Amino acid sequence: MPVVLAVRDLTKTFKSGDRSLTVLDSVSFDLSEGDTFSIVGPSGSGKTTLLGLCAGLDGPTRGSVSLCGHNLGNMGEDERARVRNEHVGFVFQSFRLLPTLTALENVMVPAELRGRRGVSAQARNLLAEVGLEDRLGHYPSQLSGGEQQRVALARAFINEPDVLFADEPTGNLDTETGAHLEEIMFRLNRTAGTTLVLVTHDTELAGRTGRVLRLKGGRAVEDRADTLP
Amino acid sequence: MSIPFIASFAWRDSRGSRGRMLLFISSMVLGVAALVSINSFGDNLEAAIDNEARTLLGADLSFESDDPFPAHIEALIDSIGGNQSRRTSFSSMAFFPARDKARLATVRAHEPGYPFYGSVVTEPAAAAETYLDRGGALVDGTLMNQFQVETGDSVRIGRQTYPILGRIVETPRESAAVGLFSPRIYIPMAGLDTTLTALGSRVEYEVYFQFPDGRDADVLRDSLRSTLREADIGSDTVREEQEGWSRALTNLYRFLGLVGFMSLLLGGLGVASSIHVYVKQRIPTVAVLRVYGASIATTVAVYLLQAIGMGIVGVVLGSIVGIALQTIVPVVLSDFLPVNVDFAVSWPAVLLGSGIGLGVTVLFTLLPLLRVRSVSPLDALRTGIDHERPLWRDPWWWTATGTAAAGLVLFALIQAPDWKVGLGYSGGLAAVFLILAALGKLLVMVLARLTPASLPYVVRQGIANLYRPNNQTLMMIFSLGLGTFLISTLLVSQHVLLDQMDVLGGGDQPNLIMYDIQPDQVESVQGILSGEGVPIMSSVPIVTMRLHGINNETIDAMREDTTRRLSWAHRREYRSTFRSTLTGSETLVEGTFRGTWDGEGTIPVSAEADVASELGVDIGDRLTWNVQGVMLDTEITSLREVDWQRLQTNFFFVFPEASLEGAPAFHVVMTRAEDDVQSARLQTAVVQAFPNVSSIDLALVIGVFDAIFSRISFVVRFMALFSILTGLIVLASAVVVSRFQRMQESVLLKTLGASRRVVLRIMAVEYIVLGFVSALTGILLALVAGWSLSHFVFEAGFVVRWIPLSILLGTVMLLTLVIGMVNSRGVYERGTMEVLRSEL
Repeated sequence: MPVVLAVRDLTKTFKSGDRSLTVLDSVSFDLSEGDTFSIVGPSGSGKTTLLGLCAGLDGPTRGSVSLCGHNLGNMGEDERARVRNEHVGFVFQSFRLLPTLTALENVMVPAELRGRRGVSAQARNLLAEVGLEDRLGHYPSQLSGGEQQRVALARAFINEPDVLFADEPTGNLDTETGAHLEEIMFRLNRTAGTTLVLVTHDTELAGRTGRVLRLKGGRAVEDRADTLP
Repeated sequence: MSIPFIASFAWRDSRGSRGRMLLFISSMVLGVAALVSINSFGDNLEAAIDNEARTLLGADLSFESDDPFPAHIEALIDSIGGNQSRRTSFSSMAFFPARDKARLATVRAHEPGYPFYGSVVTEPAAAAETYLDRGGALVDGTLMNQFQVETGDSVRIGRQTYPILGRIVETPRESAAVGLFSPRIYIPMAGLDTTLTALGSRVEYEVYFQFPDGRDADVLRDSLRSTLREADIGSDTVREEQEGWSRALTNLYRFLGLVGFMSLLLGGLGVASSIHVYVKQRIPTVAVLRVYGASIATTVAVYLLQAIGMGIVGVVLGSIVGIALQTIVPVVLSDFLPVNVDFAVSWPAVLLGSGIGLGVTVLFTLLPLLRVRSVSPLDALRTGIDHERPLWRDPWWWTATGTAAAGLVLFALIQAPDWKVGLGYSGGLAAVFLILAALGKLLVMVLARLTPASLPYVVRQGIANLYRPNNQTLMMIFSLGLGTFLISTLLVSQHVLLDQMDVLGGGDQPNLIMYDIQPDQVESVQGILSGEGVPIMSSVPIVTMRLHGINNETIDAMREDTTRRLSWAHRREYRSTFRSTLTGSETLVEGTFRGTWDGEGTIPVSAEADVASELGVDIGDRLTWNVQGVMLDTEITSLREVDWQRLQTNFFFVFPEASLEGAPAFHVVMTRAEDDVQSARLQTAVVQAFPNVSSIDLALVIGVFDAIFSRISFVVRFMALFSILTGLIVLASAVVVSRFQRMQESVLLKTLGASRRVVLRIMAVEYIVLGFVSALTGILLALVAGWSLSHFVFEAGFVVRWIPLSILLGTVMLLTLVIGMVNSRGVYERGTMEVLRSEL
């Protein structure tokens, strides 16, 4: 299987005056098409920083990230944005739906950013797949937390991404709603053959992924690949 | 960058904010409206002047002189031919027997014919046609109102009594405002009391020509130019009159345009500060867009498009309001206009106003929009962390700031009468803004530092709120402070001037001047005054003369030399006196004052320092005077400074005793009346005995001052009103923009146990302190400006009347409180859980 995400010696240091703080220290791994991967660890261990670097939301202090053959380190802000648009889907803990757009419009945004037209039908299908076919014209404030996260999931898949990054996707949901969302996420992942990268505190959710990377103090302390989805 | 995405997303993203955006942009609407209405009015005014050009002069050509036309000019006038009509104008006391009162007026004695174009408009209309034949008078409306006289009453000018046949509404060559300063009376030339135009009185002789044969008046006048100049005859043609009015009125409406531009700038600042907060609220949206692949340019374009859309709505609304306002401007300014201006929409003016309005909107939104550039996609992951970097580190910040500054100077240059005014205006405004900002910040800092911890929590929290994130304190200080500054400066200046009037009229200062008294009348006039028991405070002889030459070179020779530029001081008619001592209003600054002349050699004279500098002469220079036909050689032996502010006779040149006694002179007598009633009685008594004697009292001076000041204050109040209205709109926008934040604060306080009453009181303290700081900043700056004006311009003592300023301070605080509380309604009424849930 081709490698879609190659992370080498990834390090991130923040400077504050004379002091420097390394929040991520020499992390490396490869992920292939269709892999499911979770990053776990205590608060402040560098999980979200690693996710942000992998998705090209930020640049590393040292090391490299290759996403779908694109070396993100050589790219400017806008080039990385183009790569994200073509290859990446994203799900956030706090949903991050655009409050002024309806559910349908929220789902269409990534496709429209790419300049695609006539994506309404595809967006409707995705919303139907996540069980929201009757909520198309609703605004985020009119949806429950679970419904908002399902819209976010549909949005993440509209551009048929190679990699889906999810930051605590069930962190703001109750157990039942969270479980329902997990089902949908893994189903879409299987159907589309998308590589799934999760950041989570939830050991049960992490246990459903094929590989778990445990971080502590910015270092990878465990990289386990013995669990099957 | 996908244009369709930008357009559709900008539209969708504005959902739920369009009402707020309309509020933001409403601060621009006033400025655009002012620009459109004033520029449109200016265009219509120019069109009116073009259309009515000949009625401005009332003739094709005119000659005017301060002396009767000499014989060779009379011969010239005869030879020119065409239709001719003469007019003689002078100042004289007008006595109204019905009221037994008199006042100084400008009398214009006319021959039939004038005006050849246009007409004198009177009430009743027929009066203008018949007053010459019927030997009646037309009297300025302001004068008739002042003395409550009616058509049918009479007026006495000199020894002649005229029935008042009508009131003057409109005349060629003059705007109605002239009547405020010097009311006019039209009488027939036939039967004029010629003693009034006797030696010593200032008289203007005019002849008007009409050329039915279509002769070109400009060509004719040019051919006569040197002859006329040699005889000191002024001339005017339709083209010149038109150019003169056009220049003066263009300056007027362009000045008003700058007023509009200022309110547009304030509106721009208001929009910028609203956009700043709006953009901050949009950061999560921008971050998500960035995560999903939107380029920096795309995200900036989305919000720039919204700003442009907002600007377009603003300029459309502003243009509509401006067109509606334009119907009011000619009414307000009608007193100052020589022509009737019809209402018509001037599309170039609408385009210009809209263009400048849209330009200012875009320029002012550039800086806050730069914040969008620095939004990182990481902001979508990390909530609640503000990564804001100082914008000045961004080279784009400098580019945007430079563009905005250059754009604003350019707009000011477009709007100003000339480039110097435009640059001066831009610089002055920048200085005022900087000083307001510095002063405002200092005040807020002092307030925060000096707030005693012992004050109740409600007060301390209210003051601390001025520092809340996204606060608009500085913007409020700009707009409310500027408005308060303008009104306070007006109040302070008015008080300084009024106080000066009080000083003039107080104590032992004279308050009534009588002039044009012939030598044989002096004793009798003094007798009348003494009979009334008032003191003769001075009795001064005055001799009229013209400067004939300087250091043996004649003024005429200087005129021939085109490389030299002669000033008013070379051309004017001088009224000089002779005496042996200096008066209290004079200070010797150089040389020796010589009060007597022994009849030998050159006559020593004392020159006022400013006029000497204007003439380019100094001590030792020789001046030759033409004293009504007799040449007198003099030498400057001293320079004086004169306090012109005093209500007394002051002179550019003082001759020594025994030098001018033989020259034809008139006298000025000054006295002090106890009150207005006695002053009126004295004036009436003197004018009845000696109709040629004119008088002017302090009440008249104050009346003229009031008339001028009320017009100036209208313009200033107009500016201040716009700026305060803009400030209140900005305040409303600020409150609306920070609504959610205030809700959170109020919920937090309620959760911690604060009652609704406490929350309300904290908010009230915040608005009151905001109003206080803004208004105080404006007032402090106005005190500085007022002091500078009184010291350098009015040269008067600086006085401050605190009560009107305190009322102003209170009013601005109250307005701020009311607008703030009205727009905050609902904030403190939302349930705690309702707000907490909406955060999720």
